[in-house]
Amino acid sequence: MTKQLLSPTAFEALERVSLSRRALLAAVPVATTMLTLNARAQAERPVIDITRARTDPLPIAIRDFAGAQPWGEQIAQVITANLARSGLFRPIDRRAFLQDNPDGTPRFAEWRVIGAQALVTGRVDQQGDRLRVEFRLWDVLPGTQIQGTAYTTQAPNWRRIAHICSDAIYERLLGEKGYFDTRIVYVSESGPRDRRIRRLAIMDQDGENHRFLTDGTWAALTPRFHPNTREIAYMSYARNEPRVFLMDVDTRRETLLGNFPGMTLSPRFSPDGNSVILSAIRGGDANIYVVDLRTRRERQLTFGPSLDVSPCFSPDGQKIVFNSDRGGDQQLYVMDADGGNLRRISFGQGRYATPVWSPRGDLIAFTRLTRGTFAIGVMRPDGSGERILSEGWQMEGPAFAPNGRVLAFWRETRAQDARGAGYSSRLASIDITGFNERALPTPADASDPAWSPLIPG
Amino acid sequence: MTRMRLAPLSGLVLLAACAQAPDQGGAATGIGQATGPRPGTQEDLVANVGDRVFFDFDRSNIRPDQAPTLDRQAAWLQTHRQVRVVIEGHADERGTREYNLALGQRRADSARNYLIARGVEGSRIRTISYGKDRPAVLGSNEEAWAQNRRAVTVVQ
Repeated sequence: MTKQLLSPTAFEALERVSLSRRALLAAVPVATTMLTLNARAQAERPVIDITRARTDPLPIAIRDFAGAQPWGEQIAQVITANLARSGLFRPIDRRAFLQDNPDGTPRFAEWRVIGAQALVTGRVDQQGDRLRVEFRLWDVLPGTQIQGTAYTTQAPNWRRIAHICSDAIYERLLGEKGYFDTRIVYVSESGPRDRRIRRLAIMDQDGENHRFLTDGTWAALTPRFHPNTREIAYMSYARNEPRVFLMDVDTRRETLLGNFPGMTLSPRFSPDGNSVILSAIRGGDANIYVVDLRTRRERQLTFGPSLDVSPCFSPDGQKIVFNSDRGGDQQLYVMDADGGNLRRISFGQGRYATPVWSPRGDLIAFTRLTRGTFAIGVMRPDGSGERILSEGWQMEGPAFAPNGRVLAFWRETRAQDARGAGYSSRLASIDITGFNERALPTPADASDPAWSPLIPG
Repeated sequence: MTRMRLAPLSGLVLLAACAQAPDQGGAATGIGQATGPRPGTQEDLVANVGDRVFFDFDRSNIRPDQAPTLDRQAAWLQTHRQVRVVIEGHADERGTREYNLALGQRRADSARNYLIARGVEGSRIRTISYGKDRPAVLGSNEEAWAQNRRAVTVVQ
């Protein structure tokens, strides 16, 4: 097990400095100011809109960053991979690059020749155990700088710089926030299917910096991020009592959410991070409860002889969507945060499960189960506009990236014989329009992905 | 912990010839009482009583054809009063993980309530749900699913 904890101070030590084009040309020293990463660059008019990028990905050239190696080259590779994976950019093969002028103003005519619409350049300087990374994004046609920023951080943290640059490119060129400086927590599965070992694991959204959070002594399921991205809520079978726990993912310290009667499952944090909504099973019925994280008191929101599971708040915290069999089979219901005003929203063919509200508020993603196939889909919060994004033998558990543009989920392949040969369970991601489905790489079988918000600076 | 007492269940022995693989512990190969498992053990329960009941798709009520197994379990638990059990509720793979955890718990509770109604003290019966995560049979077909929708009584 690798235990490579980045110290919290490493996050705080990330500095950001704006670089003007003038500063580059004249090489005048730039004033250093500490900026938090939340204060992202002011949105300017995007170069291309997302709808167009889906059919016609934006051609972009990402040059190896000059200066200290191997970081300069590696940062360019991570940015290239991120943008390519999004499906919205077409990074140009570096072998087509004509220019080999590591510093200074790009010769835009040469980038136009190979069809680049945007260009990324940079420079890395090593200062002891720290790196200073300059990053510049250029609009090739008019030959102007769109953004120039310098980041300083400890060397082992270089991947975050690459992800932050990727998010800046995504945001400046597409006009929407990115999702690259994020992590995914999920359930790693190993061993035969009837005796599986299920461990929580966490990784960067591109699969790097993978590490386990639990040792597999007790199975752990359904991890979900706190809005601060440092804590998770999940269900653990610790001491054979399946209950909801909380964990600090840096220290891996686990705490029981509370000593509530019955099995507790399906935890999810409220958008303000002050409470956990979950399902508790008492007397054969599963009902929805909210637990205040300060008082650890529970408040019951649903009542009655049904199985109510998988609750999820709307991003404004005003509403809750959940899964219930109260009408005879599994369907999706929305209610107010106090439990009132309940109504069913799913009316298509089959059963509906695992609803999750988009961080943008505009969609609810779900699993739809019919006899032959499972599917991942989205609908508006009033139940209209249902669209199926992907279908297969078994898939479930959609989880939104923080910009609401991409979903992670897990997909199972069917066992081919009575011994379960051929069965597998892997993570995948897909654009909310249903295009660009891709495998999310994990070292072993995997399930239950949850996507973190953008990591705070 | 086990009192050596012959179970007065000889009339029921013939009913116990189930071809199920137990979730844990070795399956008894013979039914004969002389060479059979020690009374009051999991092996005894599996061989002579039946350790599990099955459920219909997305249901948790005790089916009429499954009730006799729980009747025998109740009688067996009355006989072996020192035995405590956990009832493990399970679901087939054709559902979502979270819902199936709840469904498995409801199945375990349903079996527990049945045993309590037949006179077994509730304090002797714990329940736990594994949802669809611990299938007894690994195939992906109707036969396998029917065997995986189950509540299994396990001696503590």
